[in-house]
Amino acid sequence: MATARDEILGRIRTSLGRTGATGTPGGLPPVRLHIPEVPLEPRIQRFRAALEKLNGKVFRANSRDDARAYVESLLNGRPAVTSNAPFLNECGIGTIANVRAGGADREALRGMCATLDAGISSADYALSDTGSLVMIASHDEARLVSLLPPLHIALVPLDRLLTGLDELYTLLPVPSDRSSSMVFITGPSRTADIEQILVRGVHGPGEIHVVLV
Amino acid sequence: MNPIPVEAIQKAVGDSRLQAAIYSSTGRLMEKRAHSIEPEEIDDFQGLRTQANALKKHAIDNLDYYLEQLEQNVIARGGKVIWCRDADEAVQFVLNLSKEKGVKRIVKSKSMTTEEIDLNEHLEHEKIDVVETDLGEYILQLAHEKPYHIVAPALHKTRYDVADLFTETLHVAREEEPEKQTQIARRVLREKFLTAELGITGANFLIADSGAIVLVENEGNARLSSSAPRIQIAMAGIEKVIPRAQDLATFLKVLGRSATGQPLTVYTSFLSGPRRSGEIDGPEEFYLVLLDNGRTRLLADENKRQSLYCIRCGACLNHCPVYRKIGGHNYPWVYSGPIGAIISPQFHGVTKDPWLPFASSLCGACAEVCPVKIDIPKVLLELRADITLAKRREGAGKWERFAFKVFSYVMQRPKLYEMGSAMAAAVFPGSQGKWVRSLPGLLQGPPIKGWLSKRDLPPPAERSFRALWRERQRSKGAA
Amino acid sequence: MSRVSLFVTCIVDQVFPKVGLAMADVLERLGYQIDFPEAQTCCGQPAFNSGFWDEARGVARHFMDVFEGAEYIVVPSGSCTSMCGHHFADLFQDDAAMLARAHAIESRVYEFSKFLTEVAQVEDVGASFAHTITYHDSCHALRELGVKAGPRKLLSRVRGLTLKEMDVAEECCGFGGTFSVKFPDVSGGMAQTKIDSILRTGASHIVSIDSSCLMQLQGVISRQGLPLETIHLAEVLASR
Repeated sequence: MATARDEILGRIRTSLGRTGATGTPGGLPPVRLHIPEVPLEPRIQRFRAALEKLNGKVFRANSRDDARAYVESLLNGRPAVTSNAPFLNECGIGTIANVRAGGADREALRGMCATLDAGISSADYALSDTGSLVMIASHDEARLVSLLPPLHIALVPLDRLLTGLDELYTLLPVPSDRSSSMVFITGPSRTADIEQILVRGVHGPGEIHVVLV
Repeated sequence: MNPIPVEAIQKAVGDSRLQAAIYSSTGRLMEKRAHSIEPEEIDDFQGLRTQANALKKHAIDNLDYYLEQLEQNVIARGGKVIWCRDADEAVQFVLNLSKEKGVKRIVKSKSMTTEEIDLNEHLEHEKIDVVETDLGEYILQLAHEKPYHIVAPALHKTRYDVADLFTETLHVAREEEPEKQTQIARRVLREKFLTAELGITGANFLIADSGAIVLVENEGNARLSSSAPRIQIAMAGIEKVIPRAQDLATFLKVLGRSATGQPLTVYTSFLSGPRRSGEIDGPEEFYLVLLDNGRTRLLADENKRQSLYCIRCGACLNHCPVYRKIGGHNYPWVYSGPIGAIISPQFHGVTKDPWLPFASSLCGACAEVCPVKIDIPKVLLELRADITLAKRREGAGKWERFAFKVFSYVMQRPKLYEMGSAMAAAVFPGSQGKWVRSLPGLLQGPPIKGWLSKRDLPPPAERSFRALWRERQRSKGAA
Repeated sequence: MSRVSLFVTCIVDQVFPKVGLAMADVLERLGYQIDFPEAQTCCGQPAFNSGFWDEARGVARHFMDVFEGAEYIVVPSGSCTSMCGHHFADLFQDDAAMLARAHAIESRVYEFSKFLTEVAQVEDVGASFAHTITYHDSCHALRELGVKAGPRKLLSRVRGLTLKEMDVAEECCGFGGTFSVKFPDVSGGMAQTKIDSILRTGASHIVSIDSSCLMQLQGVISRQGLPLETIHLAEVLASR
């Protein structure tokens, strides 16, 4: 008895005028990727302009200590959960008052993300032309840290700031080799579903701060 | 054969509040799109459309190959692929899995494919708590309505409608500010996200070389639906597959801009399979449901196959003067606007709603903005030819067929044509060149009546062009 | 100078003959020898658009017979030009000989304004028309023939003429052939949207390159007794 799979594939082949499976099809249009030449300074300006247009905040830290100070003053004592990204340790984020390490326990982490005021993460890359963060799920970065708490703070070393999508897909042609999840985060969560009026912080964080270090 | 829903259309066209809502919402989306594709914003947008069209054509022309590659890669990443021939099979799969895994609560992110198969109705019937988490869809779920627009589902609702709805169904204090209404929804839905055992999403793209799905959204509910519950089901039509992850560099650039004028939506998720060892959170089980439900039939017609290229951006709706008058609920299926007009007859048979492909002035605004360059007017014309043939077979539309036979006969015989025009001029009530408001009963066949209901009719010229031309040439010759 | 054959279209022949005369005047003033093949009738678009392709084929064949050997065929309509210039090929996909004839005619059919700007390569035809006008972009001309800047250039050279753009110049007027009578409420609504926008410009005249659009708009204007007039581009360009 034919399975649904066999039937569907069979129907496809009949519809396309073929009798059986084919080998690798010819005529696949070549990949269209173009990486512009953009030096670091303009790249930073571009990133800032793109993200601030969306009401995200960008802070340029001169040093890791500078970054830590910014985060501390931004939190102002509010409780936060951090991801396990080593870069956060390098910046001493864990030593800020009321900041708890996310750890590796799924349930505990989830509980913290659901109840604390802020989630602090790093990012695998940032994309300058759209003001986006690229977050790849791993032991270092859990999915929910940048998603559940209403405030998301990301500390990103400058050497991870790419020009845009084309550069990312050149570096990482098959992202699923790395992880089950890669997310581009471009600004705070938003909707315009009611009367086309813009509201921020629907399900994801309503506030996002990116600290470029 | 369903007739034209004349009364419903009249109601929509006559509802000035609704017209204002549709016009301003779609107008804003059009403006944002136009701004986002200007040369200062993006290089060679038209070139990207051409590339997107070429990629879709290639993927659809080799659909079996890419689906098999997709399946292989999903399985290699620890996911399972479920092939479903029709809506029933897809619904049954979800029901059976829910029973097997003891699922009591499901969170759903926006998916036209799940609307297509009426998934929620079936789940609710089995007493499973299924919650739409996209704000617009959530509002519609509470109101028991279908989406009004592919991308902006609650376009037709005012804040007062939402206030009424929330007070009635959520038993909260009345709130009329959209910002506060959103906070109410956020609170209610957060609890659902964190307690649901199963999350169901659609998929904007299926990536063959990665075994991955792509979810494009602004709210965060698709991320939550795919990351919080233990089990994830992603449901998508088979036509969503594209060859490579790298092709997203093309598709993402045309999708966001065409839909809402955004270079990228707030969240773009690239998900392949359940969480891997080392990863801390994410689903433990991942199922990709591939739905046929008639798509293989569309594939068979070479001229109309391009209907499957659609990436569900909604631009054609926003630019369609007909959609902007009749609104999303006057289309017979969940897919409205120009894309709905071409796929509904192909899925359900051309004789179900034979009026639908004719509800267009063929203005071409849709084709002009389609990011994957579907030639919608061409497909509409092909469907009209199909419908005319079907009507002939069923013995319907006799008068129209007779009229066009006469038209064709006369137009191939200039002498007859001239005689006919002289007769028409003679029979038309004398009006001294003035446009007429009405005609005596005998002359009011449906086409004339339809015209006169809204505008005056010009009289035939006292002397036709050819008569005036002959005179002009004579007097020239004489001069 | 070359010879130009006029295809006036059935609606101009029967209802708006002055448009054809105006077009002839303008072309003659530019030095063209014009002829009017009297056996012409219609391009077949009504049948084609309604799905009656067999019936449309006969009319298309007649058109191609009438204009066999014409060097240029000039048409005061975007939709009819699109039918002869693009859609004949759709009708004869299964008939190689007819398909070849359809392709042969494609390059010789010109919408009037496009003929002026691209073949005659003129912008100033010596016209005067001292009114404030607005221009309606007919859909077929705009989207299938790329006619957008051309008419505006021609209008900019008309003495005494002021052009005020409406905010919805590129939106469909709602005619669409049988669409206007099958869906009168939608068609009427679309016309109303255009008229409302036109009234806001303060223009006294609406100009278009297509008489069917003008007929649709004029029908509403006449019904509502509005202070607007419709006029074909050819008539403006023929005015002195």
